[in-house]
Amino acid sequence: MSLAEPTVAARAPRPLARYARPALGLILPVGLAAAWEIAVRMGLSDGRLVPPPSRIWATLTELAATGELQRHVAVTVGRVAAGFAFGVAAGTLAGALTGYSAFVRRLIDPSLQALRAIPSLAWVPLFILWLGIFESSKVTLIAVGVFFPVYLGVMGAVLSVDRKIVEVGRVFRLSGAQMVRRILLPAVLPAYVIALRQGLGLGWMFVVAAELLGASEGLGYLLVDGQQLGKPAQIVAAIVVFAVIGKITDWLLVAATAPFLRWEDRYARA
Amino acid sequence: MLKIDHIGKTYPNAVRALDGISLDVEPGEIVAVVGGSGCGKSTLLRLVSGLDNPTQGNVALDGDAITSPHEKIGIVFQEPRLLPWLTVAQNVGFGLADRPKAERAERVARQLDRVGLAEKANVWPRELSGGQAQRVALARALVMRPEVLLLDEPFSALDAFTRVDLQDHLLDLWADTRPTLIVVTHDVDEAIVLADRVMVMRPAPGRVFAEIEVDLVRPRDRQSAAYDFAKRRVMAALDRSLDKKITIDDGETRSEHGAAMWW
Repeated sequence: MSLAEPTVAARAPRPLARYARPALGLILPVGLAAAWEIAVRMGLSDGRLVPPPSRIWATLTELAATGELQRHVAVTVGRVAAGFAFGVAAGTLAGALTGYSAFVRRLIDPSLQALRAIPSLAWVPLFILWLGIFESSKVTLIAVGVFFPVYLGVMGAVLSVDRKIVEVGRVFRLSGAQMVRRILLPAVLPAYVIALRQGLGLGWMFVVAAELLGASEGLGYLLVDGQQLGKPAQIVAAIVVFAVIGKITDWLLVAATAPFLRWEDRYARA
Repeated sequence: MLKIDHIGKTYPNAVRALDGISLDVEPGEIVAVVGGSGCGKSTLLRLVSGLDNPTQGNVALDGDAITSPHEKIGIVFQEPRLLPWLTVAQNVGFGLADRPKAERAERVARQLDRVGLAEKANVWPRELSGGQAQRVALARALVMRPEVLLLDEPFSALDAFTRVDLQDHLLDLWADTRPTLIVVTHDVDEAIVLADRVMVMRPAPGRVFAEIEVDLVRPRDRQSAAYDFAKRRVMAALDRSLDKKITIDDGETRSEHGAAMWW
């Protein structure tokens, strides 16, 4: 035991290293922002079209003070959440069925692949005609965007489950449902999390598309409003909020699934 | 009793892997199956385990025809095939899911103790060495108390020291409940150390070439003259099983033909 102690001590991160490592990624954006701020203050640029950080911050606090920002964020997050939920549910079900059954795969995969080849924005006019200009058409568009990466990810993951592991399930005479629950689901989980993250990223992409094409609230509306009224600071503020919320939701997804993936034998653990 | 009755296996691509193999194995007997690569040793085990079905003949355990995996037949593969998302103890208890929790915990703990890995109960499989992982795989099969345990080159991926160690360990575990063991191996030493009977197979299609009784008391001394004698008999049978093929193919013409091709 005494021999093992130094190794353990050496492996525990020193307090400095623990904060310094994530901070490394901040050097570039913070440095650029600070440089731009200084340039504008020194009069090297008027910063009208590319507003400096201070002006963006002022816009954000202004919007937050009136409660406007919170309202737009809530609407956008609500749309992404609804679209993500529908897209994930449909994508998981379709992916699991096509992965599990060669018959279902031959039956529906070609059609889904053909649908996937359509640029998703091409659906917008149709969805507006079918579902009106309000929430349903937006949520549907987001769900379509989320569906495909989740569908492909789940199908691919189920298809690539190791035959040898499935055989272990057969030796222990698992029923079809037990095989899914005890072997297939845990085996596909790491790939599933990646598919969910890709789906979530596309969800954020499509919410902007949906809101740009006609909305009276939401972060996308702030973008359009900023363009029409010539307020670049508001546009950049909305973009920053997108970045922050997108990153937070992705991080939440990873954090929520991490406890189920502790077993992974991965190249990178840190 | 395990009865293998004239089984053969022809794959859909018309490859005949096995042809007319018959073998009766008494309860508690240890049979080793040796042979060159591609002689259908692994196919034989897959048919006995019920993972595959023969195209001719049948396999029966105590009169029960084996057409799919059977609760009294366990199998250990060449690779440990542990489920990486379960801890060692959960892996060992994998087949006991329908038993009461207390019974499962007790049996898993006892079996882990028997393979000497009690202190590894709560670690992930990725933290085990190759030999430890294979011992967990053994425990996972044995905890089900099988009547027949099939082992498909179980120690071939391990280093020589670990292999010898695990062979002794396997015999020790076998003595607990004395299940029937069928061990497929390409290691003649392994066959002699373990088996009461060694089946030598010959390839294309896989058939039984010779059956050699190994009548030595256990534990077997790997250095003894009797051991050496048994080993030579198996080696000689193996040589002959391959020689036969060359005389049929006419080695002389073949090599000349090959030489011409080379130029």
